[in-house]
Formats: sequence, structure tokens, C-alpha cells
Amino acid sequence: MREAAIIGYTQSAQRRYAGAANESELIMPVVREVMQSVGVSQKDIDFTCSGSCDYFQGAAFAFVEGLNAVATAPPIRESHVEMDAAWALYECLLKIWSGEADLCLVYGFSKSSPGELRSVLTLQLDPYYQVPLWPDAISLAALQARAMLDAGIISERDMAEVVARSRRAALANPKAQLSGESSVEELLAQPGFVSPLRRHDCAPITDGASALLVASAETARRLCARPAWIRGIDHRMETGMLGARDLTRSPSARYAGARAGVSAGAVDVAELHAPFSHQEIILRRELGLADGVSINPSGGALAGNVMMAAGLDRFGHVATRIMQGEAGRGVAHATSGACLQQNLVAVLEA
Amino acid sequence: MAEPTPELLTKSFELGYTYTRSTGPVIGHFLSELREGRIVGTRTSDGRVLVPAAEYDPVSAEALTEFVNVGDEGVVTTWSWVVDPISHHLMQKPFAFALIQLDGADVAMLHMVDAGSESAMRSGMRVRARWAAERRGSITDIICFEPT
Amino acid sequence: MSETREPITGIEVPINLQFKFTAGKALTRFLTSIREGRIVGQRCPGCNNVYVPPRGMCAACGIPTEEEVSVSDEGVIESFTVVHIPIPGNPIKPPFVAANILLDGTDMACLHRVSEVDNAKVHVGMRVKARWKPREEWDYTFENIAWFRPVEGS
Repeated sequence: MREAAIIGYTQSAQRRYAGAANESELIMPVVREVMQSVGVSQKDIDFTCSGSCDYFQGAAFAFVEGLNAVATAPPIRESHVEMDAAWALYECLLKIWSGEADLCLVYGFSKSSPGELRSVLTLQLDPYYQVPLWPDAISLAALQARAMLDAGIISERDMAEVVARSRRAALANPKAQLSGESSVEELLAQPGFVSPLRRHDCAPITDGASALLVASAETARRLCARPAWIRGIDHRMETGMLGARDLTRSPSARYAGARAGVSAGAVDVAELHAPFSHQEIILRRELGLADGVSINPSGGALAGNVMMAAGLDRFGHVATRIMQGEAGRGVAHATSGACLQQNLVAVLEA
Repeated sequence: MAEPTPELLTKSFELGYTYTRSTGPVIGHFLSELREGRIVGTRTSDGRVLVPAAEYDPVSAEALTEFVNVGDEGVVTTWSWVVDPISHHLMQKPFAFALIQLDGADVAMLHMVDAGSESAMRSGMRVRARWAAERRGSITDIICFEPT
Repeated sequence: MSETREPITGIEVPINLQFKFTAGKALTRFLTSIREGRIVGQRCPGCNNVYVPPRGMCAACGIPTEEEVSVSDEGVIESFTVVHIPIPGNPIKPPFVAANILLDGTDMACLHRVSEVDNAKVHVGMRVKARWKPREEWDYTFENIAWFRPVEGS
């Protein structure tokens, strides 16, 4: 199989409300910036793929509007996934592996601020048995957290420690929406939100966009001094029947991690797409990450969660650390669906 | 000169998706039975009973056709407490979402529990379906579950 | 059993969601201008094309557009169709003409109605001019122009 590497990544400021800027106006600056970072323009791009969800804008085919932000004359080769843009990256890899492209542009974007995010996410569930009950994303995640607490796998203190560490790490990320020093005791003193989750256990509502460049071996070496090579990647999913799953575990994450080759070497850094604090603990366990691994040094999704870009952001942050020489080997993870239903895991190396 | 703050023009709208969905025979049978006040599951070839009735076994992917009656009482396996319902929630007072394993079933189903207060909730508690008086063949023919 | 009812074969699951649409910076400028009776587009610094309504970017070149250009409320029909079927939610009674109109000084047609003319006489290349609603009805909308009408002599 042809080798492929991430050679550039940019994310917008993560904000609760992007105000007057619409989706295209959020995308254009990051697309331009990532192309400028390696000195290419749209004419050098062989394939463009984006990830977004029309439900966030409340308009069918809203993703087409996003294409205003990239040059489309002469006509370009383009695709879109109604998924996190990490899966758009996956589609780009298929193009590179099959020899159809050498340089691909990926972007993901959303404004969650215009709609009712908790209810919009309900629409990804079983429309017969689940949607009519309107289980929202936070209530479902809380079912998972309770199952873990009941099983004695985690404590509320463990969850608060994840939050405190994430927000502290986010102090070093100027793009983060939420950052700061807070003690575990302060966090545990906060009231319940959707019990057993407190507000800080849930990723914030965020507007923003991210862009990433992925290239074949020769192109990567030409454009980037230290590419982040994708050594393994795998995507697995589980049933949509929540009650048929053991929510305290994530066999799909474990399987994808094994197939991606996580355990084949020491891991310096891992960016785990965990929109809820307890989910980071599940993922750490299932991917077999040792205590010394730096987890979510960007602050993770708990510090800023652009729907449909937050998974791609995990890839981007690991790749950036490798490209900047701060890490040699890292794990990037993206999730989709309720309670970690789908998991995409990759190993990136210098 | 600093860029002037752009004027913000916004417009609120409601988007309605008013689809009618075909159920297929398995879900259709489950909902028809629900309308009669009965809950059915489907049995897998290795003997597990899936509730609500599943069309396919999530483990083996085999098509499931054998229906089994299960009880309308069961055990809460996990729950979340919604202290402040959002507009779409069917109960506009504090309530629980829960996974409930009905008597005779091998997996849990998602529904709501009306227990009055969070302190009345615990995993392992027994609950019973509260049926709607007028049933039309919907998962909401069970209004919610309540402690026995 | 009291009665046997037809088995369930379909269910209705109405989904209603609330949204707050944001016009975006460029479209906001356009709507603010048209409330004053002016049509303002943007020129691409790459290809010099002028777009109405503006998007804040040139989709062909993939670069931001910032230069604002006031354009005429007169133009030419690039293509059109006669709509005979009522459109749900649309108060306009068929048959009516929907046309792609290239305003003078612009490079991309915009969609609007053509009226004050026998539908059978509408043709590609016909010159048309905006029929504005009374000033007191103007708001943040392209509908401040009620429709386009033929320019005399065209």
C-alpha cells in the first residue's frame, strides 16, 4: 500500500457563538491558512473532501454552500461525508492508497449555535424505538457514565480529574474555547446536570472549522520537513441497539486500536475524541494506553467541540506535535454516534 | 483602524420533518402488539430474546422471525436523571431515561422512568410499564415506567 | 378479543426543530443595502467577476471578496421558465415567470420574477428593470423588488 502522511493542519478559534460569520466564512480562512502553511494552492489539490451535517444548519444540502470556500474552477474532484471530517480524511486516504491522488484537502465545520444540539443529535438514533422518546445526547452519555460508576470502573473523582487536566492543558491552546485551572474538589462541588454528569463533564457547544492536508509519500517529503506518517488506521462500529451493548466497554475502539497497531510501539501522545469525561477513560483502557502517555494535550473535545470537526482535530493535533518534533509516535481517535458507537483509530509516526 | 463589528442579521425558523416511515413486518408486529398492551421480542438462534423486537441479531446478523412475549415489568440496568427537561422531552418534570431489562428479555430497552425524585432511582430497581389509555402502535404507547 | 385491527405498517414520527439562521457578513451587507433600495455586490480581486448577492468569497477562485460594488437594477434575462404548478408555501399564483437575470455590471445571474408582460412574450435576452415595492414596505429582503418588468422598447 502507498504511504500517506498528514502535512498541514489549521483550526479556527473555537467559540460558543461565531456571530455574524456563516459556515463558509468560517471555512475559508482555515482552508487558505493550511494551504499557505505548505505553500500550495487549490490547483495543487487532487481531491477535496469535507465532513459536516446539514441538520446543524437546518437546510438540506447545506454542505454545498461550504464549497464556496474552495476554488472550484476549473472543476475539482470533491466529495463529502455526513460524518465527522475524520472520515473525510479516511476517504482521502483511500484516494491516495489507490493512486488516484497525491495531495488531498480535508475540512470539517459546523455551527451548533443556531439549533438545538441535544435534540439534533437525537436524529441519529433508531427512528422507530428511540427517536419518539427524544433521548438527547447528554442523557444517553449519562447512561453510560452511570453504568461505569455502578460497575466500579470509575469514580466521579476520576471524571473530574479528566476535566481538570483537559482545561489545564487547554491553557496552552490559544484556539480552545474552555481553559483554566480548576481543582477536582471545585468540580465535584458543582451540581448535577444530567446526573451523573455535571456540565463540565460534557463537551461545550462550539462553532468553528478545521482544515488538514494529507499527501502521498513523495509529495509529503517535498512539501513538509517532518510529515506525520499514517502507519495504521481502522474504523469499527457497534449496534445501534443501546441495550444490547455493554456500555462500560468499547469493543469497537479496542478492535480498531489493535488493527491500527497502537501496541506495536511506545505512544508519546494520544488525542482521544471524548465528548464526555468518562468516555476518555473507556478509550484509554480499550486502546491500552500506558499512564505516561500524554492524553489530549490540546484540551480535547472538553475544551472545544466543533461537531463534525472535533474528530479531525484529534488527528490534526497529533500530527502537529509530530511535525513540530514534539512527539515521535501518536494515536489519533475519532468517534461518532451515541455512547462511542463508532470509533476510528490511527497511529501516526514521525 | 479596527474592523467594525458586523451587524448581525438573524431569522428564527422551525423546520418540520413530517415523514411517515414504513415499519416492515418485525417492527410492525412489535408496534401492533404494543397497541394491544403486550410487549414482544425476537428470539435468536442461540436462544437470546431481544426487546424491542429486533429485525436482525446484532451479533450474528441473522434475520429474526420468532416472536416471544415478555413481561411489562423489569429491572433498571442504568439510568440518567434529567432534572431540567428540554422542550422535546415528553415529560416536562424531572424524570429518568433508563435502560430496562424486561422479564424474559436478554437485553435492555430504552425508555423513561417516572420516579418522582432522583433519590428514588437506583440501578437494579424493579419498574413496571405505565400504559397509555389510547394506544396507536408507537413506542410511546408505554408512557413511561414506574417503580413497582 | 374485542376487534381485530389492521397490523401496523407505518408510523408517523414528526420532527420539529428550531433554528436561528445567521445571514453571514457578506449577505448581511447586501440585505442592509437593499433595505435602502440599493443593490450591492462584491468584486473578486482574482477574476474581477461581480457577484450579486455576494457570498464574501469567489467560489471559482476560492478567495475572499471584499470590494463592494453598487450595481444597476436593470439587466438581461439569461434564462427563464414559466411556472404552472403552485408551489406549497409560495403565495404567487401560477402561471408566473421565474428568470435568471444578469444585472448590468454583474457576472452571475440572480433569480427573480418577471411580470407586467405577457408570459408568452418573455424571451432570453430581454432587458428588464426592477419594480420596487413602495419604500415604506422595504425590509432586509430581496423581495423589496416585487418583480422585474420589461424595459420599454426591448
